[in-house]
Amino acid sequence: MELIVDRIGCERGGRRVLDDVSLTLQAGQGIALRGPNGVGKSTLIRALCGLLPVTGRAELDGRKLGSDEWTDLIAYTGHRDAIKSVLTVGENLRFWAALHGGDANAALDRFDLMPIADRPAGLCSAGQKRRLGLARLVLSPRPLWLLDEPTVSLDAEHTRIFGDILSTHLDAGGLAIVATHIDLGLALRPHVLTPPSTAPEDVSDPFLTGDYL
Amino acid sequence: MSPLRALLEREVRLAVRAGGGAGLGLAFFLIVTLLAPLGIGPDQTLLAQVAPGLLWVAALLACLLSLDRLFQADHEDGTLDILALSPLPLEGIVAVKMMAHWVTTGLPLVIAAPVLALTLNMPEAAQPMLILGLAIGTPALSAIGAVGAAITVGLRRGGLLLSLLVLPLYVPTLIFGAQIASRAGDGLEAGASLPFLAGISLLSLSAGPFVAAAALRVNLR
Repeated sequence: MELIVDRIGCERGGRRVLDDVSLTLQAGQGIALRGPNGVGKSTLIRALCGLLPVTGRAELDGRKLGSDEWTDLIAYTGHRDAIKSVLTVGENLRFWAALHGGDANAALDRFDLMPIADRPAGLCSAGQKRRLGLARLVLSPRPLWLLDEPTVSLDAEHTRIFGDILSTHLDAGGLAIVATHIDLGLALRPHVLTPPSTAPEDVSDPFLTGDYL
Repeated sequence: MSPLRALLEREVRLAVRAGGGAGLGLAFFLIVTLLAPLGIGPDQTLLAQVAPGLLWVAALLACLLSLDRLFQADHEDGTLDILALSPLPLEGIVAVKMMAHWVTTGLPLVIAAPVLALTLNMPEAAQPMLILGLAIGTPALSAIGAVGAAITVGLRRGGLLLSLLVLPLYVPTLIFGAQIASRAGDGLEAGASLPFLAGISLLSLSAGPFVAAAALRVNLR
């Protein structure tokens, strides 16, 4: 399985928020996206989820970005954990298990969430919520993991556990693109994003350049 | 458990748990209809005359109350992103959410309506037709409302705009629904109103999921 990203860029409201990114990734490899805040790490990850309009193209195992077949190959976690605070930890994950398939109890166990499975998610700490959000990843074996700052609010011990889980995923032939500022202790290839140019001539929307006057 | 059933169960569970707002529409419906006689006065024939229209307007507004959270809550906590990446088609997800909205908002109104019809001195002959009309018409309210909710999902204070978008679209449902009950009160057949109301419901139920899913796709991007 091979991921080819060919000049993927993104424009919002006539302004470039992501300059063209090209990279390739083989099965078993991971990339750590680096770069200062605002450089477009989250944008690239959301773009690869098909959640943003993009220029350029990307292919994973011959499936094109934007197709349903592509969507079936990716797993995504963002800044928001998609957790309902009135449902318990177990109910939250069992719902995603019903949707994606997979064993919710095994996933809870791997992220050390079994002891709090019956607690309403609203009463959990930020780190526990993050673990619940991450537990969704291991439910169904999707080959490409797109992770946006996965270790935010995790303690050292659980960062290590997550590193192990990510490394197991890669060893099994999975792929991962991780936007992160910390060292996960894995052999992730660093990829530094360049800031999108914000020169006025790059603004293509006539309303933003004043052409309408 | 099938994915769609799991989603339906979850939606209903979220609605009936604390802060879900399932009881809100019903409580609003009760209060508005019980306040009306206080404002209009104790004239029983007048009350019986305005009852169908009053109950239907109250039902519309009660339905509107919980609509703005239909997609907004999922949008805010990131659930909508993950749902969009799930194996389910977005149209199916929207259809299930519509159904859950009706079960937690529309259905309680249908059940409460006979009691409220009594308090408004509605003729006995009109009551079965009122319930029938509400049962046929309230699914349309959820379906049309879901389209409005999908269009306004990313907006701050979208609920206000939602009302402005959706209320005009509720007009045909209101006219035919209220007509069915008031004609029955006058001892007349429902006539063309009933098939028209059923037609509106079928149209909005079949087209609604597609329109709302298209609007959600635009808003997700």
